Amino acid sequence: MAEQMKPGSGPLDYGNRLWLKILFGVIFFMLYVPIITLVAFSFNTDRRGIVWRGFTFDNYVKAWNNSSLIEAMINSLMIAFIATLIATVLGAMVALMLWRFRFPFKGAYEAFMGLPIVIPEICMGVALLLFFNETGMMTAVVAMPWPLNLSNIIIAHVAFCFPFVAIVVRSRLVGFNRQLEEASKDLGASEWQTFWKVIVPFMMPGLVAGALLAFTLSLDDFVITFFTSGPETVTFPVKVYSLVRRGVSPEINAASTVLIVITVVATVLAMKLQAPQKSGKG
Amino acid sequence: MTDPIVSIRGVSKKFPGGVIAVDDVNIDIAPNEFFALLGPSGCGKTTLLRMISGLETPTDGQIIIGGQDMALTPPNKRPTNMVFQSYAVFPHMTVEENVAYGLRVTGVPEDETKRRTAEALEMVKLSHLAKRKPDQMSGGQRQRVALARALVKRPKVLLLDEPLSALDAKLRDDMRMELTRLQETVGITFIIVTHDQDEALSMASRIAVIDKGAVQQIATPSELYEQPATRFVADFIGKVNLIDAKVLSKKAKAITCEAKGLGKLTFDTEKACGDTVAVAVRPEKLKISKAEPKAAGLIKVQGNVRDVAYYGDTSHIVVSIKGGPDLQVNVQNDSRTGGSGVERGQAIWVSWMPDDSLVLTE
Repeated sequence: MAEQMKPGSGPLDYGNRLWLKILFGVIFFMLYVPIITLVAFSFNTDRRGIVWRGFTFDNYVKAWNNSSLIEAMINSLMIAFIATLIATVLGAMVALMLWRFRFPFKGAYEAFMGLPIVIPEICMGVALLLFFNETGMMTAVVAMPWPLNLSNIIIAHVAFCFPFVAIVVRSRLVGFNRQLEEASKDLGASEWQTFWKVIVPFMMPGLVAGALLAFTLSLDDFVITFFTSGPETVTFPVKVYSLVRRGVSPEINAASTVLIVITVVATVLAMKLQAPQKSGKG
Repeated sequence: MTDPIVSIRGVSKKFPGGVIAVDDVNIDIAPNEFFALLGPSGCGKTTLLRMISGLETPTDGQIIIGGQDMALTPPNKRPTNMVFQSYAVFPHMTVEENVAYGLRVTGVPEDETKRRTAEALEMVKLSHLAKRKPDQMSGGQRQRVALARALVKRPKVLLLDEPLSALDAKLRDDMRMELTRLQETVGITFIIVTHDQDEALSMASRIAVIDKGAVQQIATPSELYEQPATRFVADFIGKVNLIDAKVLSKKAKAITCEAKGLGKLTFDTEKACGDTVAVAVRPEKLKISKAEPKAAGLIKVQGNVRDVAYYGDTSHIVVSIKGGPDLQVNVQNDSRTGGSGVERGQAIWVSWMPDDSLVLTE
């Protein structure tokens, strides 16, 4: 294993030192072996999923036919999608406001905005649960048709995702040259045109990175979702948890593998979009 | 003078906190002029330029462009365009898109935009790089993009903020000539901000020298050099010998004064003055000789050579005189042997024609 992992020999040639090579190997091993095992065993024929007995796609077919698992997956994707959309817009707006304006208690606001990142998830879960109960939203929302019955979870996810977006976008904006904005106005663009044609393109890498972060956070959130979902709505992490309590089956491996693939593809795509375009000749 | 294209009337700018960046400035700029705002850094010249563009609002006074008061006109509606010091080329757009930006946002038809963009790129010799992104270009090329982007809008006035300061010496000379050439071809009024006197003297048709927010003098380059109005201007533009003098008597058209180390001198001047004045003379106007010069009417003084600096084409000789300041004399090294022929410590006569010096009263 360690032989295959060739760390890039950087300017300081750390890759040439044996102990560092071994350290790299061990770290990569620890990080990825569980995931690789999970993926590998999703193709296993053994029902208990502990001993390797042979290769099959059956588990994927079974997972596909397991309607409750699919329902949980669709719920999760739906929540992640909508929550990401809202959190990205909200986070970007907060970042712009903090970057652009001066107002009383700005420092305090900035500090409070970051709170959802540091507050233990369990506290946030309880707080949100109490909030939804007291306002009557819990019972009201659960009775609504899909996907409106996910509203509580979406609201909860937006609440803990948007600070991440705001922080990423804000740090991107720090590097913005204000003369670009002035140049745009000087050339005849209105505030609105300047915003969409100069500021938003500049924020874009931050927006993509922030949205990606929000999407992954939302997709795999367990604690807050567990507290804020009604008895009827189930998301993928919650479903997996309930299934695992009855024993691991290769179906879960298969479904999890699909989730990993979705996330990896999304990440790679986002990074491609974000990368500076190497167009033009030479 | 024809009607000015830009008229700055009593303009002041006070920043919160009481800093006065620009103090009651009055300038009229004629159409087609290459006008320079020259001054040391922090003198308010950039603030003045930004007020013309509309990016900054004056606290007092009027800015009139093309006969219209600009007080309520935002920067995007003004007939001015600016080349920023940092160039401010949009990094996410190609060169072509950068140049076309100002036309597209104002709704110029696409075919006209294409044509004008191509023309502007042609003008700054960047046609071959139209598809490049700014991060693949040198500083000089990026500046040409900024220039094309501003010129393509056909403004009445082009504003340039320290356009040459970020370029290396060789490029700077090229760009200086390029800017002069462009100004002649497009026939647009250029207003340039610079702290570099050489830049201003070599490019501009007129220069306003600014110090501490106030205009010291507005004049052509040669007037500025030969007839500086104040000590500051004389000292800021080129090298000058300034000799303090006490006024002894003053008639209608002449001042008699006691200059330090030079004795009693009389100058023809109509300017009013206080008790002290300064005698200013450029180093290249001074002559040196070993024997006392005989010609009548010369101002002359004997001193000792304190320092000789050899610069190839010229030598700068510093002569210390009794009771007065050191005088710098620049001599041409026009013979191939011996340089200036002067050695340190040598006794020497310095002389000049009274007409070559100037009395500065403020």
